[in-house]
Amino acid sequence: MKDPVVAEHPADTGDTGVERGASAAPSASEAPIPPTQEAAAAKAPHVRPGDRIFRGLATGSGIFIVVLIGAIGLFLLLRAVPSLGLNNANFLTSREWSTGDVGNMRFGILDLLLVTVVSSAVALLIAMPIALGIALFLTQYAPRRLARPFAYVIDLLAAVPSIIFGLWGLLVLGPQLTPIAESLTSALGFIPIFAQGNVSIALSGTIFTASIVLAVMILPIITAVSREVFDRTPVTHVEGAIALGATKWEVVRTTVWPFGKAGYVSASMLGLGRALGETIALTIILSATAKTFGWSLFDGGATFASKIALAAPEFNDPRSAGAYIAAGLVLFLLTFLVNAAARAIVAGHKEYE
Amino acid sequence: MTTDTADLTRLATPPTFQSVSGARKFKNGLATAAVWGAFLVAIVPLVWVLFIVVQRGLPIVVNADWWQKSLNGLLSRQQGGGVYHAIYGTLVQGLVCAVISVPIGLMVGVYLVEYGGRSRLAKATTFMVDILTGVPSIVAALFVYSLWITTFGFGRSGFAVALALVLLMVPVIVRTTEEMLKIVPDELREASYALGIPKWKTIVKIVIPTALSGILTGIMLALARVMGETAPVLVLAAYAPYINYNLFDGPMASLPLLMTTERSNSTAAGFDRIWGAAITLVIIITLFNLLATVVSRVLAPKTK
Amino acid sequence: MAKRIDVKELNLYYGKFHAVQEVSIAVPPRNVTAFIGPSGCGKSTVLRSLNRMHEVAPGARVEGSVQLDGEDIYASSVDPVQVRRTIGMVFQRPNPFPTMSIKDNVVAGLRLAGTKNKKQLDEVAERSLRGANLWNEVKDRLDRPGGGLSGGQQQRLCIARAIAVQPDVLLMDEPCSALDPISTLAIEDLITELKKDFTIVIVTHNMQQAARVSDQTAFFNLNGVGQPGRLIEVDDTEKIFSNPSQKATEDYISGRFG
Repeated sequence: MKDPVVAEHPADTGDTGVERGASAAPSASEAPIPPTQEAAAAKAPHVRPGDRIFRGLATGSGIFIVVLIGAIGLFLLLRAVPSLGLNNANFLTSREWSTGDVGNMRFGILDLLLVTVVSSAVALLIAMPIALGIALFLTQYAPRRLARPFAYVIDLLAAVPSIIFGLWGLLVLGPQLTPIAESLTSALGFIPIFAQGNVSIALSGTIFTASIVLAVMILPIITAVSREVFDRTPVTHVEGAIALGATKWEVVRTTVWPFGKAGYVSASMLGLGRALGETIALTIILSATAKTFGWSLFDGGATFASKIALAAPEFNDPRSAGAYIAAGLVLFLLTFLVNAAARAIVAGHKEYE
Repeated sequence: MTTDTADLTRLATPPTFQSVSGARKFKNGLATAAVWGAFLVAIVPLVWVLFIVVQRGLPIVVNADWWQKSLNGLLSRQQGGGVYHAIYGTLVQGLVCAVISVPIGLMVGVYLVEYGGRSRLAKATTFMVDILTGVPSIVAALFVYSLWITTFGFGRSGFAVALALVLLMVPVIVRTTEEMLKIVPDELREASYALGIPKWKTIVKIVIPTALSGILTGIMLALARVMGETAPVLVLAAYAPYINYNLFDGPMASLPLLMTTERSNSTAAGFDRIWGAAITLVIIITLFNLLATVVSRVLAPKTK
Repeated sequence: MAKRIDVKELNLYYGKFHAVQEVSIAVPPRNVTAFIGPSGCGKSTVLRSLNRMHEVAPGARVEGSVQLDGEDIYASSVDPVQVRRTIGMVFQRPNPFPTMSIKDNVVAGLRLAGTKNKKQLDEVAERSLRGANLWNEVKDRLDRPGGGLSGGQQQRLCIARAIAVQPDVLLMDEPCSALDPISTLAIEDLITELKKDFTIVIVTHNMQQAARVSDQTAFFNLNGVGQPGRLIEVDDTEKIFSNPSQKATEDYISGRFG
């Protein structure tokens, strides 16, 4: 019994790692139906043409996505650099934005950055507790039969186009908020964030209005992702807590919350990313102002996205357009970082996979 | 838990089932109220927005002209006319976007589930799909502007909009495809291999058809989503009040673009056009959502 | 068309785990060979290596040779797809394609290999369904989904699907373990008929089943958890169940095992 037939046959020739029920097929011809063993006649193992092409297409599409992200960064950079060279102000620290005279462009992103970050942060502050409540409600509290339709209703919020939220925010919600905004400034005006802003409160085109609308818009994404994580709380943990006589709230606090909180934070980061990049709703809501941002919720101004959107129809000179593209590049990097952070948080918790 | 009769038959020894302490009960009740409250708070804006859209838009669109005419030749303060030119733009830009996005998204999903495994490229692709999901629509529009208009020298057009929408649609399709392919049982793949069916045919003829209903639902929902996008049309298309069938040349209207354009029109006619377009957009999105439900019902694997 | 299988010094691995050690066995044509043994002894793994399904699992590896009428199915020039067309397989749980009708399920192998002739497909469908003793039960609803059949019918549908491509060998991996006793009996009757045309290898947990349907029985065992499975002995079924040459076999058969 020592026939020398110990040649190794590696699994899945040419394929890497784990695949779903996979088999690469080194082959000869693609003959129909059981031919006898003519296949053995061909010497060199070569991949079945159909498999090679299909695999190539699939892998190529994967590579395409990776290249695409690189291309986005590259092309934005390519168009931004010449304009940055013509910039007579400091791009990172200046609060000016004047690109009308291409001979003397002065633009900086500080104000845009502050308005973008503050409005998104306030929106997140409003949305986070509500989204947590909804996610717990849908996974733990809602009657079984109603949980799905209720979740569908929340998802509907995401289906409403942001332009409609913008119009509603400015024309419908804004006027209702005006009395609240006015009483806040008169009662708490000594605190900078509630101080009289640089635009008219009566017109309601303030960061205050914008943040509330943004909060509504990011609710569904935070809820959806949190819900998914809470749903994966191991049943054994929950049953263990129930068996100890815990109330519903104690079950949530001792099992669902510890298990899901990283996922909830990650979901909130995704919501933040969405808020940072939201364009048209803020373009509609925020009142333009020549004054700089003064750290008040009742300021107007522009975010990265709304500034670009307002100027977009007049992108005719590549030099002035380049200034906006530079701002867009910063926004891209900002959302990239926030989304990568959200992913990193989840990656640290393998049990969600 | 104690019952009403417990008081009558009170024993010297404490009852086995003691009532939960007041503080715990209170906290539990408070938490229950809070989560119900959170849900109701979220319903308010949804109902409010939809109510406003219907209230202001419905009277405008219950008019055959609205669906059959454009705004060509009308002054900004003139009532009447319709938005079929913008409906056409919205649908065509969305459909062309889907035609480009679906094969790419589908193949990326297939790569990730059937071929990628744990390779580095698969990990990089997953990561990049996540990043692409988070790319703001204005950034996607600027990218297409930099590439298509500035670098290649094409003009603003409906097609440029479709390209920007592709960036927003592809990651959604990848995610859906990935999820749906993952729940196709490996047993079906094995059954197919055991019949001597090559891997690519197994994927095309067995795996994808099994997952098709879910994938199509995802595509419909993604399509509904991108048709409401405004930022790309602002940057990449010029508005025309008349119909333009040519996707590659000339100004082309779409519903979001019509709405932003009419915002500078402060007359009653402008107001009507904005809300009429808003409800039209909502109707189209609703139709695509319904279509998604129908498709998933019809195509789902049956047992009877 | 039935062919013989000769397994020589077969070693099977999942990554670093040595699953099966040094198996050599000869399977004669037109004959039913049963693989029996405790869970984890590698009998299913050996079965799956006979049509190169073993390598579908991630990190799986094969050493040694498996010959079909003298030709090594693991030779580097052999296409595993061709091997699987020649050596069919029926799985533990019935797995009809959920998107296909009963008829489409049966002819799936042919159709996906390129046969378009409708008449030929109809003939094959009928012949295969008759061969699987299912024709009379489904002939009036060939266009209905395969998933609507009972478990036992689904398993016979899977057998029809496997024999439709006219393989030389049929591998069965515990084909009755998910079925009730009546369906099991139907499958066992079918196996007895099928062996007129096919070489059959069946893995079973049920020793009575092995005794009822097989001509030859192979007993696999393992020394302990984490140890590779080994072939203890292979012989005529009658002999294995009445007078096995190994003590371990006798212990297992008579229930004094482990």
